[in-house]
Amino acid sequence: MGQASTNKQALSLEHVSVNFGGLRAIADVSFEVQDGEVVGLIGPNGAGKTTAFNLITGFVRAFAGNILYHGTQLNGLRPHEIAALGLVRTFQRTSVFPNNTVFENALIGLHRRGRSTLWDTILALPRERTSEKELADEAWDILRTVGLDMRASEPAGSLPYGEQRLVGVALALAAKPSMLLLDEPVSGMNASETVKFMKLIEAIRARGMTILLVEHDMRMVMGVSDRVVVLNHGQIIAEGTPAVVQRNPEVVQAYLGRGAARA
Amino acid sequence: MAEFLQHLVNALVLGGTYALLGIGLTLIFGIMRIVNFTHGELFAFGAYFVYLFAMLLGFNFFIAFAIAVVGGCLLGAAIEFILLRPLRGADIETTMLVTIGAWIIMQNTELLVWGGVAKAITTPFPETPLVIGAISVSPLRVFVLVIALVLIGGTYALIHRTKLGMGMRATFQDSETAELMGLNIRGIYTATFSIGSGLAAAAGALLGPVFLAAPTMGDLASLKAFAIVILGGLGNITGATIGGFLLAIIEELGAGYISSGYRDAMGFLIIIAVLLVKPTGLFARAERIG
Amino acid sequence: MSRYAPIFWLVIFLTVPLWLKDQYFLHVLIITGIFIIAAMSLNLLLGFTGQLSLGHIAFFGIGAYASSLTSVGFDVELFGVVRVVHKPWPAVAGLIIGTALAGFCGFLIGKLSFKVRGAYFIIVTLSFAEVTRLVALNWVELTQGPMAINNVPPFTVGLPGLGYVALWNKAYYYYLVLFIAILAYILIARLVGSRIGRAMVALKENESLAVSIGIDVTRYLILGAVVSAALAGAAGSLYAHYVKIIDPDVFHFMYTVTMIIMVITGGKGTLAGPIVGGLIFGFLPVAVRSFASPEVQWMIYGVFMIIIVFVLPQGIVPAVTQWIESFRSRPPNDTGPALASLATSRKED
Repeated sequence: MGQASTNKQALSLEHVSVNFGGLRAIADVSFEVQDGEVVGLIGPNGAGKTTAFNLITGFVRAFAGNILYHGTQLNGLRPHEIAALGLVRTFQRTSVFPNNTVFENALIGLHRRGRSTLWDTILALPRERTSEKELADEAWDILRTVGLDMRASEPAGSLPYGEQRLVGVALALAAKPSMLLLDEPVSGMNASETVKFMKLIEAIRARGMTILLVEHDMRMVMGVSDRVVVLNHGQIIAEGTPAVVQRNPEVVQAYLGRGAARA
Repeated sequence: MAEFLQHLVNALVLGGTYALLGIGLTLIFGIMRIVNFTHGELFAFGAYFVYLFAMLLGFNFFIAFAIAVVGGCLLGAAIEFILLRPLRGADIETTMLVTIGAWIIMQNTELLVWGGVAKAITTPFPETPLVIGAISVSPLRVFVLVIALVLIGGTYALIHRTKLGMGMRATFQDSETAELMGLNIRGIYTATFSIGSGLAAAAGALLGPVFLAAPTMGDLASLKAFAIVILGGLGNITGATIGGFLLAIIEELGAGYISSGYRDAMGFLIIIAVLLVKPTGLFARAERIG
Repeated sequence: MSRYAPIFWLVIFLTVPLWLKDQYFLHVLIITGIFIIAAMSLNLLLGFTGQLSLGHIAFFGIGAYASSLTSVGFDVELFGVVRVVHKPWPAVAGLIIGTALAGFCGFLIGKLSFKVRGAYFIIVTLSFAEVTRLVALNWVELTQGPMAINNVPPFTVGLPGLGYVALWNKAYYYYLVLFIAILAYILIARLVGSRIGRAMVALKENESLAVSIGIDVTRYLILGAVVSAALAGAAGSLYAHYVKIIDPDVFHFMYTVTMIIMVITGGKGTLAGPIVGGLIFGFLPVAVRSFASPEVQWMIYGVFMIIIVFVLPQGIVPAVTQWIESFRSRPPNDTGPALASLATSRKED
C-alpha cells in the first residue's frame, strides 16, 4: 500500500547492537522503514522491542552499527535533537504529564512549533501573543483529531487509562513528526477503544506519516501494519507482510503458539 | 620529605574518621535515598556526648566513647522512626527538607545547652608524642586511627557477613524486589539510619578530643561527608573508605602547601571537579531517568 | 475578585510608607522584600524546573560583593603579576554588574551540574556556596575578608544636570525594593506563563517524555539557572547597598534555608507562594523575638519546616486556592468547567 506509492527510505538500522552490562539486548539488527509505511515491530517479552525504540530515539546508545533517518546519522544525537528531525515516540507507561490538563499536554507537545523568542516572552512583544494563539489553535486541532477535545480541561492523570494513551499520542502528534514511533499504544484499551485507535492510525497515515509500532495485540498489529518485523532474543527472526509472518514457523515457535496462532 | 610524611600521617588519622562519616552517609544515601543533613549533627552529638560523660560526669573516657556511639545509634533510630518512616516513598526533596529542619533544631539545641564556646576534652593518653624519625604523632591520634579502622572493618563484616547486611545490600539493589521477597524493609531502613548515625557519632567522639567540641562542627562534617560520598560513589562502602582518606590527604596537602584558609574548600572543589570530569562514572549507580 | 486582587495588593504595597510610620517595621519590610526577591528566584528553579539549589545564597552573596566592590572600588594584584585597580562607580552600576555576574555564575553552575540532577545538583550548589564563602573569607586583598567591606554607598536617583538624591531614606529604599520586586515578579510570571515555562514544567514532571517531543533539557535548565541566579544577585546588591556593610557571613547557609522555607511554606511552583511565605518568615522573627532567643527562633523555623512538609506539603497558596475552588465548584457538575473553557477558547478562534 504505502510502500508501493512512495519508495523512499525513511529509517534504517544497519547491523546495530546494544549492550547492557555485558548482556546483548540487541544483536546485529538491520531493518528499514520506508516513507509512508506502517511497520509493526513484534516479539515476545524481552525480545528487545522497547530497547530498539530507546535506541532509535536516542535514549540508549548503540554499541555498534548505524542508524539513519532520511540519510542523517542518529548515533550520538540526543533525544531532543532526534525529535527535531521529525522522529517522535510515545512511551509505554508514563505517556502523559499527569498534573497538567489535556489541553496543556497538547500545548507542551507543540513546544517546537512556537515561534516566539525569549525576548518576545519577557517583553510581551506582539509575536508572543500571536504565537501563543497559534499554538492554542493547533492544540485544539490535535485534540479534535484524537477525539479528546471534550476532555481538554481535565488533568491528564485523571483520565481512564485508554484515554491517557490517546493523550500520549496527541503529545507526539503535536511535535509534528514525520515518523511516529508508538510503544504499545493499545495496551490497557478495551476492544472498542482499540478499534477506534486503529482508525486513528489509518487517519494519521493518510496524512503521509510513517509509523513504527511495537504492540502485543496481534489483531491490531496485523490489522494496521504493511510489514511486520519480528524480534526474538535481540535478533530479527522474520520480516514480511503480516500474512507471511503469521505463517512463519519460527515466529509461531517464538510465541509458543500464543499470540500468532490466535491472530 | 619529612614534612610531607608528617602531612600524610596527619591525613591518615583524619582520614579514618572521614571514612566513618562517609560510610555512614553513603549507607543512608545509597539504601534509603535520603540526603541526610542530620549526619553532621550526629557527628557533633558524638563529640558532646564524650564531653558530657567523660568531662562532666566523670566516666572513664573509653566508656564515654562507647556510650556516645550507642547514643548515636539510638538517636539515629529515633530520627528515622519519628520523622522519616512516615515519609517513606516521598521524593528525595521532601525527606531532605525534613532532615534540614531536624538539623536546625539539633544544632540550636546544642547551642542552647552547651553555649557557643568550644569545649576541650581531655583523655587518659599521655601528651608526649611518639617520635619515629622525623615524624611525630600523639598516642591519642594513634588510638583514633586504630578505632576508626576497627569500626570500618566491623561495618564491612556487618554488611557482608550478617543477615541484616544481606538485607541492606538487597535493598540497595532494588528495594521493591527486596520487599516482595519478604524482607522487612522498614526494619532495614531503621537499622541503616541507626548504623549510619552511630558511625557519624563515633567519628565525632574520636575527633572531639583531638580538636574541640563546637556547636557548629556538624555543618562542615555534613558537607564533607557529601563530598566523600560523591568521591567514592553512591552506596559504595569501599569507595567511601577510600574517599575519606583521599579527602583527608588532599585537605592536609592543600592546607600545608597551598593555603590553610582554603583547607575546607578542598572537598567542595573535589565535588565540582568530579562532576565536571566524570559526572556519573564515579558513582556506583547513575540516577535513573524517567 | 481574582481580577482585582493584583491591583488591590499593588495599592496596599504602594501606600505602605504613607500609613506605616514605624521605621523599624519599614526596615523589616525592606529586608523582607529583598528576601522575597531571592525566594522568588529560588522558586523559579525549585518550583518550575524542579531543581533545588541549596547554594542559592552564593548568587545573592556574589551580587552583594560584586555590587559593593563596583561602588567602593578595589586594588588587587592578581597572581602577583597583574595589578587591577578599580575606581568607585555609582551604585546602579554595581546593581547591574552584580546581577550580571551572579547570572554568569548561574550559567556556569547550570552547565556543570545539569549533567547530573536531583541529589547531585543539590550537593553541587551547596559546595559552590561554601567555596564562594571561603573565597570571600580568604581573599582579603579584594574582599577585606572577615573585616568586611564598609561604607557601601547608597543608590542615587537623578538626572544629569538636575542633581542626584541618595536613597538613605527608608521610604525611598522601600520603593526601590518594591520596584525591583515587581520587575522580578513580572519577569518570572512571563517566563512561566509561556512556552518556556511549559517546557520547564514538562522537564520537571517527566524528563524522558519532555525530551522525546523535542524539548532541550540543558537549554531550559540553564535558562532557569541564569535567570534565577541573576535575580538572586540583584537581591544581594539591594541588600548590600541597604545595610552598607558586607562580610562573608552573607554566605551563611541559613540564608539559603530561609529562602527555601519561604518558598515551600508559601507554595513552590506558584507565583504568589514566595511572597506569602516571605512575608510570614520575614515577620516571624519580629513576632517571636520578644520572648525567644535567636536559637529558639531557629528552632521554631526548623519545627515549622517539618510541620509544613507533613501537614501542607504543597504550601499555603495551593491549599488556599483549592479551598476556595472547592467552595466555588460545589453547585455545578463535573463537565461545567471543561465546557466553559472550551467555549471561551472557541470564541477566540
